[in-house]
Amino acid sequence: MTGVLEGDIGIALVNILLLAVLFVVAIAIARLRNLFAIVMLSGIYSLVSATWYVVVDAVDVAFTEAAVGAGMSTVVLLGAMLLTSRTAKPDKKFARLGPLLVVIATGVMLIYATVDLPALGDPDSAVNQGVGLTYMQINWADTGIPNVVTSVLASYRGFDTLGETTVVFLAGLAVALLLGFGERSLAESIKREGKLPGSNGKSVSETGKEEDAS
Amino acid sequence: MNSDHHVILRVVSKMLLPIIVMFAFYTQFHGDFGPGGGFQAGVIIAVAVILYALVAGVPAAMRAVPPAFTRSLAAIGVMIYAGVGYWALFKGGHFLEYQALFNEPPGEHHGQHIGIMVIEIGVLCGVSGAMLTIFYAFAGRVAEIRDKDW
Repeated sequence: MTGVLEGDIGIALVNILLLAVLFVVAIAIARLRNLFAIVMLSGIYSLVSATWYVVVDAVDVAFTEAAVGAGMSTVVLLGAMLLTSRTAKPDKKFARLGPLLVVIATGVMLIYATVDLPALGDPDSAVNQGVGLTYMQINWADTGIPNVVTSVLASYRGFDTLGETTVVFLAGLAVALLLGFGERSLAESIKREGKLPGSNGKSVSETGKEEDAS
Repeated sequence: MNSDHHVILRVVSKMLLPIIVMFAFYTQFHGDFGPGGGFQAGVIIAVAVILYALVAGVPAAMRAVPPAFTRSLAAIGVMIYAGVGYWALFKGGHFLEYQALFNEPPGEHHGQHIGIMVIEIGVLCGVSGAMLTIFYAFAGRVAEIRDKDW
């Protein structure tokens, strides 16, 4: 916590600005009922938090957050939204009271925990001592790869990354098994080469008939 | 749906698509030196195909990148990664021990570079294939995303 006060005032202002934007977006997501707006705002949330990760020097995390959080999950959420209704049901009165209490309690505990956090980039903090320091010292002699993040991910922790790749594969497999591979409903439109359903106004009645037939 | 008002979107996306794929490969092969790697590159390639699906329609994207190809790609990616592990095993090392790939003494880094490059290609294939399979599973449920659906 002292690091912010000792450090660059510009960085501190950027931090405060980005976190304020995150706060506002989170409040907006919690209050909105329109699912499309919520999905778009969660994409914006990911993008702003990716920017914030860059400010705190976690470029690899920022890159992944921008690609996965803002790009991929927004699209998947949009696809999921199209399968359901466009608006969430309004809450009953006092139904939010329990969750609100839980959130406030968790928030107070997290704020209390930040008092003990080491300053950003503190060389004496636990993450920069121990195994992190060892990787930085032996990485070049061991692997000859300049980016320590890559050498830890792919070389030192190669087993973990193999597991992660398998998890991603299994996630794709599970979604495909649950929702179908997506070809069957589209098979007819793919057979009609070059003629996309709904791409012009006149085929609306035709597609309507085909949907009834199927 | 009248597609005329999407013409700017269509033209801009057409110009962006090759740049996105190029950036994905930059991310892939620059992962040793800067932020990036197979996971991010795989997601970016998947996003490029998804952008094409959003602009040109899911059937057009399924003709360009068939769903059978994406789910095979996901499996092949994991097999490439695990294959490097077995390559090291057959060379007499431990599973995924890159130093053993070319039977190098400590200090030589050829095996590390080649091994990491090959597993990153495996991650690229696995992630992009899995992401596109997920996208097709969701997008294939609705016949066509029309303007009024947004």
